Amino acid sequence: MTTDDVVTVAPGPKPARFQVHERSKQRGTPATWVRRGGLTALLFALPILFIFGVFSWWPIVSAFVMSLQKTNLTDAPVWVGLDNFRAVFADPLLPTVIKNTAWFAVLALIFGYPVPLIGAVLMSELRRRKGLYSVLAYLPVVVPPVVAVLLWKFFYDPRPEGVFNTVLGWVGLGPYPWLADSAWAMPSLVLEATWAAAGGTVIIYLAALISVPAELYDAAEVDGASVLRKVWHVTIPQLRGVLFITLILQIIGTAQVFLEPFLFTNGGPNHATETIMLHVYNLAFANLGNNFGQATALSLLLAAFLAVMSLVYFRLTRSWSQS
Amino acid sequence: MTTIDRDTPPPALPGAMPGSAAAAAPSASLAAIVRRRRRSTVDNPDRGALSSADWRRPSVKHTWRSMHFLLLVLLLVWCLGPLLLLGKFAFTPTQDILTAPMAVFPNGPTMHNVDQAWNRYHIGQFFMNTVWFALGAWFTQILVATTGGFVLSVLRPRWAKVLNWAVLATLFVPAVVLLIPLYKIIVHPPVGDSLVNNFFAVWLPAGASAFNVVLVARFFDSLPREIFEAARVDGAGPFRLFWHIVLPMSKPIIGVVSVFAVIASWKDFLWPFLVLKDDSVKPLSVYLQSMANVDKGTLMAALAISTLIPITMFLVFQRMFLRGAGLGGAVKG
Repeated sequence: MTTDDVVTVAPGPKPARFQVHERSKQRGTPATWVRRGGLTALLFALPILFIFGVFSWWPIVSAFVMSLQKTNLTDAPVWVGLDNFRAVFADPLLPTVIKNTAWFAVLALIFGYPVPLIGAVLMSELRRRKGLYSVLAYLPVVVPPVVAVLLWKFFYDPRPEGVFNTVLGWVGLGPYPWLADSAWAMPSLVLEATWAAAGGTVIIYLAALISVPAELYDAAEVDGASVLRKVWHVTIPQLRGVLFITLILQIIGTAQVFLEPFLFTNGGPNHATETIMLHVYNLAFANLGNNFGQATALSLLLAAFLAVMSLVYFRLTRSWSQS
Repeated sequence: MTTIDRDTPPPALPGAMPGSAAAAAPSASLAAIVRRRRRSTVDNPDRGALSSADWRRPSVKHTWRSMHFLLLVLLLVWCLGPLLLLGKFAFTPTQDILTAPMAVFPNGPTMHNVDQAWNRYHIGQFFMNTVWFALGAWFTQILVATTGGFVLSVLRPRWAKVLNWAVLATLFVPAVVLLIPLYKIIVHPPVGDSLVNNFFAVWLPAGASAFNVVLVARFFDSLPREIFEAARVDGAGPFRLFWHIVLPMSKPIIGVVSVFAVIASWKDFLWPFLVLKDDSVKPLSVYLQSMANVDKGTLMAALAISTLIPITMFLVFQRMFLRGAGLGGAVKG
């Protein structure tokens, strides 16, 4: 079984639908509906209708309803109008969590955006052992995120005997406080998140790099372009589509970051790493507790922002795929 | 020589996709990417920014060789290093881990950590919970994606268009919105008792993946209709068509969706953390979090054991993983 076939999904003209029987001229009665395969189609659609209905469409509607209610999930909910949204904006922590999430996103771009690109460009020029490089780069991605966080939490031990402090001590640096200090905590989180995610980005870039048409390089050579100029004027411009896609996807992903702040620091020290998602979680499930209405309102606001981002992404992929 | 005119049908153009352009968009860009890749591999197997002539120039050769070597060293240190360190910690006494983490077995290795993690903290049991979690989630995802894709792509009743839009629309709804309403449904399902601590609480929502449905439906679209027509003429109904023709022809895409499904459940934390609280159902990821404060040596052994299976799976199925990762980027990321 080769996965090669997967990618031959060539959306040509929409092929004809499968008909159980030739379409008869008469229409309307339930019997003809069944005979034409209406019932079997419905039977096949049952799993998707049930699963999406109960676990996707209904919860989306329910989110809007819950954002207008005061509820602890056990007693009957009370309608409160826009009070939950007012509470979100009156929340003294709101500026902090937005700032933290934005800071996480910016740091994630600084740490994790250029490095995979450089790595992928280098790797795409390999003539042998490309597989070894790819496997090594992708290895951290398959480590379960909880394992990665708990392992790195130990690496970030602030004592001079901590793993990172020991290593940096060899070159005369440190010891650094890492997670214990509010200025250091966020970059530490992002460093681990980058370690865990960069491999995936490298593989995406590699796939895109292979698709750069060889003729462009040939043409550049005819014009006498040097290696660096070829990389700069051919490779990078050819990647702009995928670069933008990974940028949007990374923003969408980092805006919802939860695991790292939750497991590393639980938002501390002094709310320095409390992100929007962690705040939603805290409002609903943790110490502040049972404030499901306000949590839903906040998550809807975040979702509105993300929907705009994915719409941009969607429009762009569509226009690129049509060009 | 009349057969000369009867040429093969014209190949599908990569960009042309009338009909549901919406659904086709991501996979079309993907298809375009890969088609181009294949063509260029055929034309020019070793062509990157550097030509063979470039490689023959000593200055270029030495620069790139040394950059590649440097990259290999960095990858070994940055990507493999932490995992090797974890492997070492698993067999190092706690005292040594805490006082000299970088020293290699200053007081000899030990089996104590692994023994503790396995026998006192029963890592194996939670490991099996994760396996159950993954199996069930895999089954729902495959069931929903294949039957749903079959309706949307092959049977296409009149309401398929509406269904298609309703499924696609969920692609734009980030997971954060669903968290609390889903929790509400699991705690107070419309019928029956609370599903908390029941595997169905993670199995069923896993199926609601629009991404899977789109991927599978696009693949079904690419299957040759003549075969369906032949099956119909031979008297096969939709069920036979689905089971004996469409599914066997769709092994590649089912493989990709399966890899995604298993990996996703292995990595999932927040949702199982909320709904699988009891030790009898808790998956590894949730259990490890509750172990965060036990003896460091034992924790490291537990972490190492939990990493072993995904890494082994990755090394065995690397091609599939890497292909899936590139594909995921083109479609969703």
